[in-house]
Amino acid sequence: MRKGIRNWGPPLLLISPTIIILGIFVYGLIGANISVSMSDRHSLKPAENFVGIENYINLFTEERFLHSLYNLAIFTIFFIVGTMVFGFLWAWMLDKGVTAEGVFRSVYLFPMAISFVASGVVWRWLLNSAEGDRASGLNRIFESVGLGFLQNPWWSDPTWGMAAIAMPAIWQLSGYVMALFLSGFRGIPDELREAARMDGASEWKLYRHVIFPQLSPVALSALIIVGHMSLKVFDLIMAITKAIYQTEVPATYLWIALTANDYAKSATIATILLLLVAVLIVPYLIYTARAEKANR
Amino acid sequence: MTITTGIEKKTAVAAPPAGARARFRLGRTSKYVLLVLFLVMVLMPVYVLIVTSLKPPQDVNPATSWGLPVRWPWESVAPGGPTGFDNWTIAWDALGPAIMRTFALAIPAALISSFLGAMNGFVLSRWRFPRADWVFTFILFGMFIPYQAIMTPLVQMKTSLGLPSDISTLLLVHVIYGLPICTLIFRNYYVGIPMELMEASRVDGAGMLRTFRSVVLPLSLPGFVVTIIWQFTSAWNDFLFALFLSNQRQGPVALALNNLAQGAQLSNYGAAMAGALLASLPTLIVYIVLGKYFIGGLMSGSVKS
Repeated sequence: MRKGIRNWGPPLLLISPTIIILGIFVYGLIGANISVSMSDRHSLKPAENFVGIENYINLFTEERFLHSLYNLAIFTIFFIVGTMVFGFLWAWMLDKGVTAEGVFRSVYLFPMAISFVASGVVWRWLLNSAEGDRASGLNRIFESVGLGFLQNPWWSDPTWGMAAIAMPAIWQLSGYVMALFLSGFRGIPDELREAARMDGASEWKLYRHVIFPQLSPVALSALIIVGHMSLKVFDLIMAITKAIYQTEVPATYLWIALTANDYAKSATIATILLLLVAVLIVPYLIYTARAEKANR
Repeated sequence: MTITTGIEKKTAVAAPPAGARARFRLGRTSKYVLLVLFLVMVLMPVYVLIVTSLKPPQDVNPATSWGLPVRWPWESVAPGGPTGFDNWTIAWDALGPAIMRTFALAIPAALISSFLGAMNGFVLSRWRFPRADWVFTFILFGMFIPYQAIMTPLVQMKTSLGLPSDISTLLLVHVIYGLPICTLIFRNYYVGIPMELMEASRVDGAGMLRTFRSVVLPLSLPGFVVTIIWQFTSAWNDFLFALFLSNQRQGPVALALNNLAQGAQLSNYGAAMAGALLASLPTLIVYIVLGKYFIGGLMSGSVKS
């Protein structure tokens, strides 16, 4: 095949609008964001000085920001563990073939189609913190089926409150993780299971040595996707509690800083969020690109 | 239709080994019990949304909050008082215009970024150029960034360019940030379908654009369905860009719903829940009618084809 510009000129030309647009709106704006984060633009007035990493130091020595990171960590742990457990369990139960599988699958997955704002409306009600006679939502259910001791203040709890906020997130995304695991299960060739059974492997050994290793790429994908969504969590918190200190995460703190026109602060929080996500995503992208190259 | 989600059941299901029948039946029963239990758990919020939206405000109280409505939705507690249906009227009055605006936002956003994504996916998979993989990764990164990372300068840019706080700005933003996922979906889609015709057309000396238009595009319908659904759903459900770049009066339905739920009628849970149902209806219908393609889009989100 002929090489040269006649060959690769047209495709490059066709894709160049996208390269330019994303160059500006992704990479350019990230650069602009970092530059604002290193300025002293704490109000509507234009920036006057370059302050280096001063904003970062201030943020990391601020109790409020550390509290938002703590909240994010609690939320992320519960969100990831919850979606992985339910997602795996559902996929595992459905994989072996059940009647009306499609119905279960569709129902488990449907919350994915709904916005966090809409589900926030109902979850705000379900997670109502009133207890006893005034209890509604989940606390009322616990009360009426004799599990009153399970009643709790949900997101109003200062230590574990964010675990309650993770519940609607788990509700919305477990179905997605289920779909990922289900595709993983169904990608395992039947011959592999048969061969292991022929060799007299017990059911546990079959899972331990055949199924789990085959599922690990899928589990990694699920972990990365759910993890990076978790770091970005914003809509759900705004819908359930609004931007308040109790449930503050970096993304909602950023919103407060930006609406107060503290551009330097919001940009600093944004850079930290970006770094958190990049730590997760960049190795994953490289890994996927390599795996794909190896397959070709 | 060549979209495969990878989660459909394989045709042959191995028969259970004989002898383990009784144990098998017990395990089977408990599995169905569990499956149904989870089904009920997942649907519980929907039940709450529906029953609460049909109760007049006086009937929404903690003691009966899980119960079915005690009267028909067209009946009121006191003569002339509000009925269950009034919740829906309030919700529609609050959300109706915003719902129309959101259609005007989500449909063009879906069409434009899908078309651009198809062209990108085509040159990244079938009409390649040197370093195409690098370009692909360059584009893909945009899909994973937290949009907060660009929000501060984006808001400043919007202000300095004097862009309006309405649907048109959001349309631009959704097209731009939808490019990576649409490119990804189309690239994976084109890699997966055989295109002898395309090769033939190329050998015949047809140019890139002609090949794309007359050979590739006619084969692209399933890919378009997936990206359009994906983009429509994310533009419809978006709250982040809407909050930072538009306002309550001119913004999309997510903002209007949030305002209805947290605004003046804070005590009126029924109207808020009716609103949540109204605002979710379009994406739910898409999910029910085109579920397979919806899942196809979800699976593409995990990068691997």
